[in-house]
Amino acid sequence: MIGHRVHRDLARAISAVENGITDYRGALAQFAAFGGPVRGDRRADVIGITGPPGAGKSTLVDRLIEGFRADDATVAVIAVDPSSPFTHGAVLGDRVRMQRHAGDPGVFIRSMASRSAGGGLAPATRDAVRLADEAGFDIVIVETVGVGQVELEIVAVADVIVVVTVPALGDGVQAIKAGLTEIADIFVVNMADRPGANASAVDLKHMVREGKRDIPVLQTIAQDGTGVSELLEVLNAKRNGDDTNAVRAVRFEVVRRARDEAVRRALATLDTHDAAAVLDRLRDHELTRNDAIDALALMLGGPAHAH
Amino acid sequence: MQTTEKTIADELREWEQRTLLPFTERRPESREVFRTQGGAALERVYTPAHVEDVDFTRDIGFPGQFPYTRGPYPTMYRAQPWTMRQIAGFGTADDTNERFRFLIAQGQTGISTDFDMPTLMGYDSDDERSEGEVGREGVAIDSVDDMLDLYAGIDLEKISVSMTINPSAWILLAMYLVTAEERGFDRKKLSGTIQNDIIKEYIAQKEWVYPPRPAMRLVRDSITYSAEHLPRYNPVNVSGYHAREAGSTAIQEVAFTLAAGIAYVEEVVKAGIDVDDFAPRLSFFFVSQIDFLEEVAKFRAARRVWGRVMKDRFGAKKPESMRLRFHCQTAGVSCTAREPLNNIARTAIEALAAVCGGAQSLHTNGYDEALSIPSEPAMKIALRTQQILADEVGVIGTIDPLGGSYAIERLTTDIEKGCFDYFAEVDKRGGTIKCIEDNFFQMELADAAYDLHRRKEAGERHIVTVTKYRDESANPHVELHHVDEAASGRQLARLRKTKETRDAAAVQAALDEIVRVAKTDENIMPATIAAVKARATGGEIIKALRPVFGTYVETPVF
Amino acid sequence: MPIKVLVAKPGLDGHDRGAKIVARALRDAGMEVVYTGLHQTPEMIVNAAIQEDVDVVGVSILSGAHMTIFPKIMTMLSEREVDDIAVVGGGVIQEDDIPKLKAIGVREIFNAEASTQDLIDGIERIVAETGRDRTRRASTGSAQGAPAR
Ligand SMILES: Nc1nc2c(ncn2[C@@H]2O[C@H](COP(=O)(O)OP(=O)(O)O)[C@@H](O)[C@H]2O)c(=O)[nH]1
Ligand SMILES: [Mg+2]
Repeated sequence: MIGHRVHRDLARAISAVENGITDYRGALAQFAAFGGPVRGDRRADVIGITGPPGAGKSTLVDRLIEGFRADDATVAVIAVDPSSPFTHGAVLGDRVRMQRHAGDPGVFIRSMASRSAGGGLAPATRDAVRLADEAGFDIVIVETVGVGQVELEIVAVADVIVVVTVPALGDGVQAIKAGLTEIADIFVVNMADRPGANASAVDLKHMVREGKRDIPVLQTIAQDGTGVSELLEVLNAKRNGDDTNAVRAVRFEVVRRARDEAVRRALATLDTHDAAAVLDRLRDHELTRNDAIDALALMLGGPAHAH
Repeated sequence: MQTTEKTIADELREWEQRTLLPFTERRPESREVFRTQGGAALERVYTPAHVEDVDFTRDIGFPGQFPYTRGPYPTMYRAQPWTMRQIAGFGTADDTNERFRFLIAQGQTGISTDFDMPTLMGYDSDDERSEGEVGREGVAIDSVDDMLDLYAGIDLEKISVSMTINPSAWILLAMYLVTAEERGFDRKKLSGTIQNDIIKEYIAQKEWVYPPRPAMRLVRDSITYSAEHLPRYNPVNVSGYHAREAGSTAIQEVAFTLAAGIAYVEEVVKAGIDVDDFAPRLSFFFVSQIDFLEEVAKFRAARRVWGRVMKDRFGAKKPESMRLRFHCQTAGVSCTAREPLNNIARTAIEALAAVCGGAQSLHTNGYDEALSIPSEPAMKIALRTQQILADEVGVIGTIDPLGGSYAIERLTTDIEKGCFDYFAEVDKRGGTIKCIEDNFFQMELADAAYDLHRRKEAGERHIVTVTKYRDESANPHVELHHVDEAASGRQLARLRKTKETRDAAAVQAALDEIVRVAKTDENIMPATIAAVKARATGGEIIKALRPVFGTYVETPVF
Repeated sequence: MPIKVLVAKPGLDGHDRGAKIVARALRDAGMEVVYTGLHQTPEMIVNAAIQEDVDVVGVSILSGAHMTIFPKIMTMLSEREVDDIAVVGGGVIQEDDIPKLKAIGVREIFNAEASTQDLIDGIERIVAETGRDRTRRASTGSAQGAPAR
């Protein structure tokens, strides 16, 4: 039985690995010492949720928790948000969308700052997932940072990966498609209440057909739960045996390097002097945040919002 | 024309060279830039050269005439002063009723109701989430039985009644109509205002229940219902007060408010109602902050912008549709907890700005605003402040007395321009509701609030007794409103009584009917009125509709 | 190691300006800030604090309900046998109530006049005083893996 005590001890164990003094083994031992259960041979299913910021990942996770809890499965969530590269501070906001589960002992939610690790996860995410597994949770959901690029690190952690997009991301989907098909087990076009959802889903299906693996493309409205039961069905099927991650893990390294190279090139095209000037103006409050984002996106050759 | 204006610009330059420069070399100015509270840099002195783009006939004109810069009516306070409307609300309906009668006895000409947090958020007093908040910041109203006592002894055909309520506004409106009916008043003679401005909740005040789109439908239904049945009632009071209190600039206050106004008009027009059939009953609500000049300009700009929006964007024909009328409240955030009697001075200056800006009604804050809800003596002085302005100061004799001041006209035109820039941005981003869903306003507001906070901490704007002239020894004790801890118990007893004496089956049937209507596009008001009459509580109605409409969770921005 | 803070906004009111400015300032001071959103019950706050294993919980109350909310938070934390998370408060809290709150274990009350720097300093001081080290508890177990008890 997972109770409040397990929450407390798991939370402390995660802090231990997160802050790097002890390693996973040490934390595990300590965790046992606190009295938390250490599971036997059954393992948790680990679901990764990735996709651009604002796509509705956290909202979708909230719905998934609801769905899994209805089946009495216990759920731990590790949600990663970015740390500031300058101050190392972070505001961790994913939890807001899942707060209604905060009183449920069968649900554990932990926010982690990325601590300037690339790739969408925090340095200790993997250990945190293993600890949640040891604590006895049936399902562990990992929400990645979602900084806009494909976050391949999740491949090393999750058994099943859901890539969340939104309608009319058009160009964005094209630009990252190579990476996406590499890592996705399921595509979700969220915000299906917005125009262009069907078109985006069709686009994705075409894209999937070009690849070798069969990746379902679903549509959801995370806000009101539409389509979530279909997603749960597919997830449950994957949990019950489809092979998924193993195939991709082999290609992981190659794709990751390609990604790093792409980022390196993009950053090289960004005139650092101009970029710094924009950031300075932002600091001096001459630019609003929205203006600064537009300006930087423009420098990177990406589309600013439609002008 | 042109040659004289050139001359003035030249003269200004000469003055700077000959008079100013030698002077500042000896005695430099105390600061390089002087900014308004909204962050706009002020010129050292304004001249006709600074207002070359302002045309008297086109932009300033006459009161009661397009573009209404100078006021919505041709006589303004010469006919009668603004409505003095002190908001009140605490404890149970009986407690607040007593305060209302006190204020009316002191000469107040309208009443204004503040509800407690549970009522505002759609929870009944006996809900677990209401604990500790029942009757604390306002009056607790669970059912129409409470409202009957709240306005007992007050002639609702004569006194205009305003209610500050938002996500649950349509229910309170229904209660008000049932109250009027059960006391035998004629609906057509009811005058008053309900805030009912859900858009600014998502932007600033954060009192919400349902997501924006269903919430907009509820606002739309109450506006269309009023247009048909309540000719003298203002069914929405589009509010900038809260955004400003949350740290927005003056421009944002006006721009976001009018962008909300645009969204309401669009929503109702979409339902097939002619703009001139309801626009005359839209009313507005702004703060009057401490930055006197900027505030006067702000009120003038708001009227001009709205006039132009209604005429050019919506093709309104009636003058009443184009003239913006507003209620004003002095700025709660400008009041300090330190040496609280100083707040009387602040409030008086803010009230003067509201009057010079042509407000239709005004609430002046009590000196204890930063400490608690107002005590009776604090409320009385606040009301007296308004009476002094109306009867002693002499500003009511001439309309828009600061119109034509170079500085005021420049600031007015700049605020107007800032508004239209925001409207263009909002349109480009897909409209007001889309901008809320995308957090556009919230982000702009968060940036402005942080900026204002930084400027304060950097000493650019001082607060007397807090950041300057701090006197640790002087904190004269003032008697505060004391929270009546027993009020919540009394309210629970009232609610129990209502629940025990009503027909439970009838209540359930009425709730089922609201749910049915909610799923269609029918107007929700009649079903709500029926439920209220059957003594359904606000919390019950809100709860019944949650499965239909969903619950809003915000994405916080910092 | 960054200090981790939960910024919590209980009550039904929506006055989150202060809480958000605080969250932003703490972040800019290099802290990791978990924000709960509005309208939190004491139980939600306590559960979040425990799961996030924060060093400090900052509770912002402007609704006047502080004498109801703080006692609930303090009681629930001790029921869950958590004694190393410091609770601080801010918002509109009347002078008379401050000693009562401190008596039930609230570490500090930052009133409306406190600058963001006061707050940052205050939190850093409290964390230093508590001697809280989120790594230490685990390492007293034994890095070798032998359970301590
Ligand atoms: N219209 C619409 N909005 C959604 C939907 N799902 C999420 N949102 C909203 O999108 C915003 C971002 O959601 P969030 O879950 O925080 O996205 P994340 O950054 O990917 O975790 C929030 O305002 C959500 O309410 C949806 O299906 N439809
Ligand atoms: Mg998220």
